[in-house]
Amino acid sequence: MLSPADITETQPSPVRPGSSRSPFCRASGLALAALARLLSGASVRWIASQPDTCQRVYFANHTSHLDALVVWSSLPQPIREVTRPVAAKDYWSRGFVRRWLAEEVFDAILIDRTDIKVHQSPVDMMLREAGTSYSLIVFPEGGRSVTGEIGEFKSGLYYLAKKRPDIELIPVHIDNLNRVLPRGEFLPVPLLSCISFGPPLWLERGEAKLEFLARARRALLALKE
Amino acid sequence: MNDNRTIALVAGVLALLTVATVIGQFLKRHPDRGLDPAAIRTFNNRLRGWWILCTVLAAAFWLGTTATVVLFGLVSFWALREFITLTPTRKGDHRALFWVFFLFTPLHYMLVGMNRYDIFSVFLPVYATLFVLARVAFAGDYKRFLERTAKIQAGLVVCVYCLSFAPALLQIPIEGAANADRSGNFRLLFFLILLVQFADCMQYVWSRMLGQRLVASAVSSNRTWEGLLGSATSTALLAAALWWAAPPFQLWQATLAGLVIAVMGFAGGMTMSAIKRDRGVKDYGTLVVGHGGVLDRIDSMCFAAPVFYHITLLVTGAKPG
Repeated sequence: MLSPADITETQPSPVRPGSSRSPFCRASGLALAALARLLSGASVRWIASQPDTCQRVYFANHTSHLDALVVWSSLPQPIREVTRPVAAKDYWSRGFVRRWLAEEVFDAILIDRTDIKVHQSPVDMMLREAGTSYSLIVFPEGGRSVTGEIGEFKSGLYYLAKKRPDIELIPVHIDNLNRVLPRGEFLPVPLLSCISFGPPLWLERGEAKLEFLARARRALLALKE
Repeated sequence: MNDNRTIALVAGVLALLTVATVIGQFLKRHPDRGLDPAAIRTFNNRLRGWWILCTVLAAAFWLGTTATVVLFGLVSFWALREFITLTPTRKGDHRALFWVFFLFTPLHYMLVGMNRYDIFSVFLPVYATLFVLARVAFAGDYKRFLERTAKIQAGLVVCVYCLSFAPALLQIPIEGAANADRSGNFRLLFFLILLVQFADCMQYVWSRMLGQRLVASAVSSNRTWEGLLGSATSTALLAAALWWAAPPFQLWQATLAGLVIAVMGFAGGMTMSAIKRDRGVKDYGTLVVGHGGVLDRIDSMCFAAPVFYHITLLVTGAKPG
């Protein structure tokens, strides 16, 4: 098992967050965040939780292609600067616009879902990219839910928590966004959605994988009320 | 808009709001008067809402007809958003909804702005309805077909079609030399808004003071027959007192219009309560947390506007469009 200290040794020196992007990309990011907020009518709630720039993993239920964008834009601007969504490479690297958005505007970490190797596990890649300063947005169900129900979590979240026990895990519940842009549609309907951020949780000492994943899922479901 | 009647109306409203604000602040600072603090809070919140409403309206009126139509269009858009968010839809409705929001609603308001009564009076109730029915059918999901299409149609009619009759008041030709700048029309619209708000407020006051018999306890726990009667009477009286501000009306016509506005506003409030109750019981209804909103404020207006519009047409004998 790796300790946080081991991770930092393998890191390239941490870049100052946000500094790598050009002013144009940052402006696009601001404009896009505003547009996403307007279109999704997202009301943002922090329930027993506060926005903070410390290193975190936001884990959310996945219902729509807009999820990553809307969660990202629900964060206050300084936090957005240090937060990178984790997204599927097969979707976000297709076509010029998506690639540009993913790489330049959101600074997303693209995971190849079709080509997962033992040595190049997605969790290691996420942690390498996150370094010691970036927060991540992940969707632990591994794909968009069809029914709107929250599915079982894949084990990635557990390994994230195990390898970096110092990172806060924040549950994020996304409500109604699947009606704004459902699976298979490309034109949005501007309904009102709600993004709820919950209190942080960590992997308990000696907690089993399934137990932890079930607890994380319950924390997410608890935000639904 | 610098004739005496408009100035009198604006000054009267400003004076009333100022007096009410002073009273509200006084009551807030002196909580030992034996009044319900929650009621004072509600009163102060409402007042703040009215100040905002009056400011926005004044700005729109000052900018002219087009700006007012656009303002109401935006309000409709937002209200429809809330309406559809609260009503469950299925995936098969998605594309129909897209066109409803981005084509039918803006186009309808464009027609209102262009004063095309001949088209806008049938555009949503006929053409949008036919479109929604067909588009949902084409989407291939027949489950609860009529129920789903009826929801979309109800949303369109209440939030968009009915509300648009308020700015359409600005287009009614009113005889008289003093109305070259349409200030008479703006006063007419303001007359409607003022009476609707007043009726809402009076309904609340009378229900609290004398309310005994609920109209429908399952739908609303504070709307009583006494509230309806009291609100209709007081609104009719206010309308009579302000009849000089609404150009085409004689005293008795203005009084009658006030009565009808109050009754229609009450009906609108009941209707929205029924929808909210239905959703509240079936669902947990967190979807519009923090958005508690626009639809709540304009429900009475949506019901009163078309009736008031047609009363005005009747009274003036004018041909619309």
